[in-house]
Amino acid sequence: MAIGLAHYLVVGAVLFGLGLYTVLTRRNAISILMGVELILNSSNINYVAFSHYSSGNVDGQIYAIFVIMLAAAEAAVGLAIILAIFQIFHTIDVGATETLKE
Amino acid sequence: MEISALIFYLLAGITIGSAAIVAFSRNIVYSAFSLLGTFAGVAGIYVFLGADFVAGVQVLIYVGGILVLILFAVMLTHRIADVRITNRSVGVIPAVVVIAVFLGLLIQSIRDTPWAKAKEIVYSPTTSVIGDYFLQHYLLPFELASVVLLAALIGAVVLSRKETKE
Repeated sequence: MAIGLAHYLVVGAVLFGLGLYTVLTRRNAISILMGVELILNSSNINYVAFSHYSSGNVDGQIYAIFVIMLAAAEAAVGLAIILAIFQIFHTIDVGATETLKE
Repeated sequence: MEISALIFYLLAGITIGSAAIVAFSRNIVYSAFSLLGTFAGVAGIYVFLGADFVAGVQVLIYVGGILVLILFAVMLTHRIADVRITNRSVGVIPAVVVIAVFLGLLIQSIRDTPWAKAKEIVYSPTTSVIGDYFLQHYLLPFELASVVLLAALIGAVVLSRKETKE
């Protein structure tokens, strides 16, 4: 069976599932950010696969580049926030940082 | 089996295997390093899809930038001397149920949807075409992207600097 669009979509779906699992179950803030990166990568696979097999132009690739750009910005700000949290709480367990509740 | 199918399955295996280590490893350093395999595998998939420029961007930004940032954060937020580096998981069973249902629906819809097909599948260099699009159709998002990056840069600096009392 020749490799087609569906193969790439399934790879993207499985990657999305693993990223969602990481985001849902981890309690370490850096691990949650890693899960977000997996999810963004899976969406990029879908964009580029549709660009190659369905539309035939480069629009999908351009969206993928924008997603990568936003992922870089998100990682920089997110990790800066995590380091600030670590300086205050001395932990990055997201269950332990709940002073806003009080 | 064709050689191209073999390469595809190899790349998909590297990508998903490394992502599984990211999701299931008990040690966060292993998770962070196996993210490298995922990003490299996804870059290979882009090459396989004829997206050479996106693959280059993926390697430069994800492997060269984001991965290094994540490794820095891991090293800065854990006392490396500690033998036990925690990366615990909670609520595994509800998460597995949610994801199994979700993946089932996704894969069913992938199988059943009649996707549009391109007239012809071309493998040509994309860099100059992408450059033209960025400076014509996508000029406004392109300029906004630079503003977003500047804002993120300043935000990260402000967040991570030490508070100084007057």
